[in-house]
Parts: sequence; structure tokens; C-alpha cells
Amino acid sequence: MTDAVLAPPRRKHDLTSLEAQARVRKRYAAESRFKFLGVAAIVFAALFIVFLVSDIVMKGAPAFIEHRLTMKLTPTKEQVAADGKTDRASLLQGDWMAVVRSGIQGYFPEVTQRSQRSKLYNELISTGADVDIRNRIIANPSLIGQPVEASVLLSDDADLYFKGSVTRRQERSGRGVASVSGTTGDVQFVSNANDFISDMSRIRGDLSRAAALARLESSRLKAALETVAADRRSTLETQINDQVQKASELERRGLAVGGTEMIGDNTASILIKANGGVIKVTELGSQSVSGTVLIPLKSNTQVKSGEWQIVTLTTPEGNRKLSDQQISWLDRMKDEGLVSSGFAWRFFTSGDSREPEQAGILGGLIGSALTMLVTLGLCLPIGVGAAIYLEEFAPKNRLTDIVEVNINNLAAVPSIVFGLLGLAMFLNTFNMPRSSPLVGGLVLALLVLPTIIIASRAALKAVPPSIREAALGLGASHQQAVFHHVLPLAMPGILTGTIIGMAHALGETAPLLMIGMVAFIIEVPNSLVQSATVLPVQIYLWSDLPEAAFQAKTAGAIIVLLIFLFCMNGAAIWLRKKFEQRW
Amino acid sequence: MLLIFMLLVSVIVFAAFFMGKKRGAALYPVKAQSSLIVHSLPVYHGFFTATLALGPMLAAVLLWSNLAPGAIRSASMAAAPAISSTADTSRKGLEEQALYRDIQMSAGLLNQGRDLTRPELKPAAEAYNRTNFWLNGLLLVLAAAGGMAGASIGLRRIKPEFRSRNAFEGVVKWVLIGCSAVAVLTTVGIVFSVLYETINFASRYPFEKFIGGTVWSPSSLTLGALPLFAGTLLITFIAILIAGPICLFAAIYMSEYASRNFRNIAKPVLEVLAGIPTVVFGFFAALTVAPMFKGFGDWVDLTFGTNLGVASESALAAGLVMGVMIIPFVSSLSDDVITAVPQSLRDGSYAMGATKSETVKKVVLPAAFSGIVSAMMLAISRAVGETMIVVMAAGLAGNLTWNPLQAVTTITVQIKTLLIGDQEFDSPKTLSAFALGFVLFVFTLILNIIALRIVRKYREQYD
Repeated sequence: MTDAVLAPPRRKHDLTSLEAQARVRKRYAAESRFKFLGVAAIVFAALFIVFLVSDIVMKGAPAFIEHRLTMKLTPTKEQVAADGKTDRASLLQGDWMAVVRSGIQGYFPEVTQRSQRSKLYNELISTGADVDIRNRIIANPSLIGQPVEASVLLSDDADLYFKGSVTRRQERSGRGVASVSGTTGDVQFVSNANDFISDMSRIRGDLSRAAALARLESSRLKAALETVAADRRSTLETQINDQVQKASELERRGLAVGGTEMIGDNTASILIKANGGVIKVTELGSQSVSGTVLIPLKSNTQVKSGEWQIVTLTTPEGNRKLSDQQISWLDRMKDEGLVSSGFAWRFFTSGDSREPEQAGILGGLIGSALTMLVTLGLCLPIGVGAAIYLEEFAPKNRLTDIVEVNINNLAAVPSIVFGLLGLAMFLNTFNMPRSSPLVGGLVLALLVLPTIIIASRAALKAVPPSIREAALGLGASHQQAVFHHVLPLAMPGILTGTIIGMAHALGETAPLLMIGMVAFIIEVPNSLVQSATVLPVQIYLWSDLPEAAFQAKTAGAIIVLLIFLFCMNGAAIWLRKKFEQRW
Repeated sequence: MLLIFMLLVSVIVFAAFFMGKKRGAALYPVKAQSSLIVHSLPVYHGFFTATLALGPMLAAVLLWSNLAPGAIRSASMAAAPAISSTADTSRKGLEEQALYRDIQMSAGLLNQGRDLTRPELKPAAEAYNRTNFWLNGLLLVLAAAGGMAGASIGLRRIKPEFRSRNAFEGVVKWVLIGCSAVAVLTTVGIVFSVLYETINFASRYPFEKFIGGTVWSPSSLTLGALPLFAGTLLITFIAILIAGPICLFAAIYMSEYASRNFRNIAKPVLEVLAGIPTVVFGFFAALTVAPMFKGFGDWVDLTFGTNLGVASESALAAGLVMGVMIIPFVSSLSDDVITAVPQSLRDGSYAMGATKSETVKKVVLPAAFSGIVSAMMLAISRAVGETMIVVMAAGLAGNLTWNPLQAVTTITVQIKTLLIGDQEFDSPKTLSAFALGFVLFVFTLILNIIALRIVRKYREQYD
């Protein structure tokens, strides 16, 4: 009975119906989709940071390692002290490279041709290779004529080879018993096992891929044929024919079975090490190869199984800076135990250089330090002064309003425009020295001034009025209240803002390009009006250079810059946490 | 010279300070005997005297730096061999400049006792050094005399009833006003220097051709900037397309869903991203992302037979990296506006049975809409003005295209390219960089003003 009376009125929406449940499920699905998108956005940002940092660390780590030869060098009197004098000035005139060359020649007596020698001494050895032995002898001239152990810096390409970035290198032992027809010149090398069959199939696979690429190129050119002017059409058609021919030729070679295959400088190189020498393979069969001797063999006796090696250099010779000959020399140096690696202090102790192996970031570091000194010296007092005035003393009127809007806008002006200001005003109107840390510091100070003013005002605003009023109540003047009581309490906030502003200035590049801080400067600057460069600009300059070694240097310099910036930002966050005060 | 002068200034200023302070302290016994009250603390008497000492010295060095270089120049040029007179005045000016540089260099060599590279300049170099020496001496004497005079005036004024604190505080106030004027002067300086060169440019090259021209080729003095504007907009568009949704979702998640612990980790991560210099992003874009896109495009072409033809300096790579660069910027701004939406609005929505995402979509976002729009505008202005990423990863040729796989160039890239290397401030080529800078400045300024206005208006709603 009561049930009938208290029966609920019929609801419009039956929440237990299937449709309603489906609606709720749909809404919850939308909810979790939405939440997932949020997580995905954050994960994307985090992944990007991880990708960026790991990419830069991987690229930059080699910059902190360098390879050098450690060997006994014997400087003779004729080479380094032809005039018999052994004071510093006349020793500096000596031909120290000759000392290094004759030291290396001891290991490569067979290299006598002029072009060969140039490839060995000029391309594998740094132009700064003689610095160590020179310094050792200058410190102790009595060692002239005696063997002295010294380190000889390798060139950037040789260094990169030992770091493994010139080519991948695979070495495996030969299985068969092999015979070789000679010790120099062109030789036949025959193994009694199918040692080269894997190389054969790989090379043919490469050829097929190259054929596909040529086909793609020809189809691209065909597509372009529609758009070019009539007079260029015939040259384009010949190009297309060339590509098609090349493709079919490559395809034919790639599909061949058995026989031999020529190895040119656009396929991976194969070297054979046997009897203390190195043979470069020029024609490959499955059992026998013919090739050229790069390093003379000691004898042409039969080689036992497992006592000769096949070395594969994956990058084709035509695509790398070092030839097979140079690589076999470097391998020889390594086998002799001459090559050692160590931390590249040079990277931190030398200025810029055209030679990647000798280039360092000291010039950029000092330049950055000088520039930051000017920036800090200008923008901290001016920024804090302006903030104090605007926050504490300025009357609230239209003028102050304009100043405030102006500062907010200035904070968002593109940095390159500040560079234009520096160029037009400081350089062209005031005739200040170009590329100097002084002008750079001035421009950066103007750039970060709004940041510091805004941060300082926020810090001053956060100090409760009761502090100010207490001071005023005890008879302090307005300025005494501000400078003795409010400012010290706002100082942590101001410092945090300043550090963040300085970190911003330290990483800034664009405005400095405008005022000429992009010049190539070897010297480390020692004054505010000298030409200098800063670390980020150095990074920009190096990133533009074609040498592969400079890419590692660029990433290395970025690592140093990022460490500085993380320390500064970390200090700012720590300061904020430590002095965070709730009133 | 600079060191000696600074030493002199600091000695005199410190001496004035301590003498003033001592004189001020000596006033106190008077108070014990009579009813006279000393107005200011001794330290203010010190500050006051030091200020009076510093003023004339600064005035002296200001005057000197305006007059002395001219005097030195005319004295040394008078002793220099005359330059062969040519009719062309601008050439003559350049020759004079070169000669003066040589004189300065010879004077430096002379000071170090080294041989001159141009011996005929010896009398001029000697005159340079002589005038320089005497004028420097004059500055020191003048500054010392002025400083001491100021200090003695200050000392004489120290009396018990003298309000030195008020006087000093007046000076401090003007110094503070001067500090805040620097920010305004910077804006004025930017406007004037850029505007001046832009007007200069407009007098040499028709401005409407510059704004509306479709061919950009500085080497042949064809300066139609439309391809640059289009390229800038294309890269900015890609950047916003990437940064916008990511920032919005990240900000919503951070403010509505994330636990305190997650926020404590994610916020510093975004701050780290914000602290990475743009040159690093540029390196990453140019050496990692762009080759990756190119490789991927070539692979697609090879596999599917398409003809994408991804450029090695594609707009997409630069835009993508730029989008990531502005993520922390927009995200922290959006986070602020979303947290500023009052909790009561959310509670009302929950009470109606809405889910969190419905609340966000139907209540929070509409309430925060104007703030988010202004954040996006600030982001656009940031992306338009960004230089290093595009300098390193975008192209140089002004292609008028909307294909993001092609290489385009931007305003900032061209400013940098035009101003690095030889600058001729009388050719429209160099001056066009300033005209581009002017366009950039005005464009970003308008965006900023609108954005700041929206933010202000918005904030008033809920305060």
C-alpha cells in the first residue's frame, strides 16, 4: 500500500536503462580520452627534452676526448738550433715539424713519394703536433740530440677515425689457407675457402639499392621536365638517360651470380692484412681477389688459416675524408702501440682555430664572462633602481602607467631588434668599438632590463605593507623604510630574477651577431674593448663549418653552455625555495 | 688612464664621505649642552658631502669626453701630411678617417717604443700623444679641483639644523627616476634608430615595392619582402600548430588533473626547457631534425614512388623545433590563466553532475578564453621574432610557397644575413635590414599591446 503511495514519479531519464548506461560510458570514455591527451602532451615535451639532450650529449662527448701519438722524437741540432743558440726565442724559430716528421718516418720507411708523404704528414698529423716536443726542449735545451718522449697531436680526421666516426670497421679472420703472389704492387690473393662470399652478396645488395636510387632520381627529373624552360630540356633529358643507363647497369651487376665484382670508391672497401702488410682489394671473387699493396708485406709465403684478417670499411672510400691508404697507416700506428687517447684539456685552454683539433672554447668563455660582467654591472643597479622607484615612490598617474606598459612591451620585443639598436646607436652614432664585450654587454643589459625590473617589482610587492608601515611608524623616512627594511626582504626574489635574466643573457646570440661579435678571433680577449666572441656565438660559428670534427666541438660547447645555464637556473630555483616566505 | 681617474674619484669620494660623517658626528656634543637637535644622522652628512664631491667630477668627465676626442683629432690632423684633395666629399671623409686610424695606431706604437709602419706620420702621432697627455692631465686636475670644491662646500654646510638627509634623499630619488627612464629611453632609442634608417631606406627604394614585391634578391637590389613575410608566417603557423594544442593540454592537465607530486616534477622540466638557449634549438633543428625529415621524405619517395622532395632546410623542421621552444612559454601563461578561474565556477559545474573534462571544456576554457588567446598572441610574437633557429635551420632563398616541405626564408634570417659582413649605410641593401626590423618591431608591438590589453581586461573580471 505504502509502496503505491510513495512510488516515485516517473522519471524522464531512466538512469538504469541501457541507453543511459551507454551515455555514461561514452562520457567517461571522453573523460579518459581527454586526460590521456593531457598526459600525451606532457610526455611529448619530456621526450623531446630527452631526445634533444641525449642527441647533443652523444654528438658532443667525442669533443672531450682527443687522440695523440706518444713516441720518442730526436730533435737534432740542425733542425731546431741551426744557429747554435738555445735560448727560447731562437728555439721557437726551429723547424719542429721536421722533428715530428722524422720521428714518424722511422715507422714508415717505405713512404718516399712526395704525394704520399704529404698524405701522411699533412693530413694525418695536426699542424700543432710539434707544440709538445718544442715546449719540452725549450724547458730543457740540453735534451737536443737525445730521444725524448713526446705526444704528437693527430689531425681532426685521424682523431675522428679512432673515435669510429669516419667509417664502421669490421675485422674477421680468414678461414682458408691463403697464398699471395707478391709483396708490393698489384698482387693476387687466393684463399682455399669461400672467404669472400659474404662480401660478394653484400656488395651486390648495395648495387641493387644504388640502382633503385638512380631510378628514383630519374623519375624525379622526369617530373621536373614538365616545369623547366624549353632550352634546358635537352640537358635534362640527357641527364635522365644517364640515370636510366646507370640504373640498368647497376641492376645487371647486382643480379649477377658467381664471377667477380670490381670494387670502386663508391662501395665499401675491403682490406686484407697478412704477413705484416695490407692489401686493398680491387676485384673480388668468392675465393680469390686481386688488389694493390698499401703497406708492403714482409714475405709472400703461404699464410695459415686464421693468421690473416679481412677488414671491411663500410663507408665507401669516395664518401670519406681518409683514403684506404691513410686508414691502413693509422691502423699500423695503432698496432705499434703509438696511439693513446686522453681528456682534451685543449678544448678548455685554447681559443678558436681553423684546425678543429686545436680549437677550444676559452676565447668564448672569457668573452662571455667579460660581457656578463658589463651586463650585470649595468642591469642590476638600474633594474633594481627602476623597480624601487616604480613600486615605492612613483605617483600613480598616466606617466607611470605609460612607463609600465612600455616595460611590459619591451620585455616582448624580439632580441634581434636590440641588436639593431646596438648597431645603429652604440656602433654608428657613438662609435664604440665593434665586436667588443663592452657593446655586447650594453646591448644585453638593455635586453634583460625589463625582466629584472618585472622580477624586482614582484619581489618588492610581495613584502607585506606592515613592514613598511612599522618602519614609518618608528620615524624612518620613506627611503629609510625602503632601503633598510623592504629591500633586504625582497633581495632573494630580486636575486632569483637577476640570475634568470643573466642566464637568458648568457644564452642570447642574435643581438650579438648584429654588433659584429661573429668575427673569427683566435686570441683570448683580455679587455672590454677588444674584439671578442661569446660562447653561444662560438657555437653558431662552429655549427656552420663543414668539418665533421667541428660538429662534435659545437655539441661539446653546447654541453658546457647548458651546464652553466642549468647551474644558474638551479641556483635560482634553490634560492627561491630557500627564501620562500609566507607572510 | 681610466684606472688613475677611477682611483682619484674613489679617493676623493671616500675622503669626502668620512670627513662629512666625522663632521656630522662632531655635532652631537652640541646637543648635550643646548636644546638644539641635530636633524640628520652623521652618515647622511657623509653621503651628502660625497655626492657633492662626485657631481663635479662626473660633470668634468662628461664634458671632457665630449670635447677631448675632437681636440685630439684636430691637433694631430693638423700635424699630419695633407691628403690629396679630391672633389668627392664622402671619399675625402673616408680617407680622413683612415688617416686618423693610422695616426692612432702609430701613436700606440710610439708609446711602446716600436718602429712606425708609416714614418711620415711621426709628427702627427707625437702631436696625438702630446695632446692626449695634456688633456688627460687637464681632466685629472679639473676633476680633482671640482671634487674638492664640492666636498668643501658640503662640509661647510654641515650644521645641526641642516637637513642633509632630505637633500641626499632628493638626489637618490632623481637617480631612481633616471633608472626608470632608461627603460623608456631604450624604447625611444629603438624606435628612433630603426625608424631613422627605415626612412633613409624609403628615400632610396619605393616602400610600396618593398612591402608588396614578390621577388627578394638583395644582390640584384630587388627588395620585395612578401616572400619573407610569407615564410615567417608559414614557420610561425607550424610552430603554433604544434605548440598551441600541446601547451593547452599540458596546462589543463597540470592545473586540473595532476597530483602535487607530478606538478613538482613537471614544472621544473618545463622550466629546464625554457632555459635552453635558442642557439641550441637551432643546432638541433639544423643538424638532427632537418636531416631526419629529409631522410624520411626520401625514404617515402623511394618506397611509395611519391614526389615530396623534402628540402634539407624545410620549413617544417624549423617550425617544429620553434614550436617546442615556445611550449614552456605558452604553457606557463595558460597555466596562470587557468588557475585564475575561480574554484566556485568549477564546483558549480561538478554539482550539476559534469565530469572533469566537461567542466574544463564547458566552463573553465570559456572563462579562461581571453587569457589563452592573449597567451597565443604572445607566442606568435615570440615565434615571429625568433632568430637563431631560423638562421640555422631555415633557408636563405626567398621562396613564395605554402609547402612546409620546401625551404623558406624569414624576416630575421634576412636581417642577420644583410647585416653580417660588409655594411654600406648608403645602399638600400643594408638599409632594408632596418626596414625589415621596423616591420618586425611594429608587428610584434601590436601583438603585444593587444595581448597585454586582453590580459589586463581579463584579470579585472575575477579579482
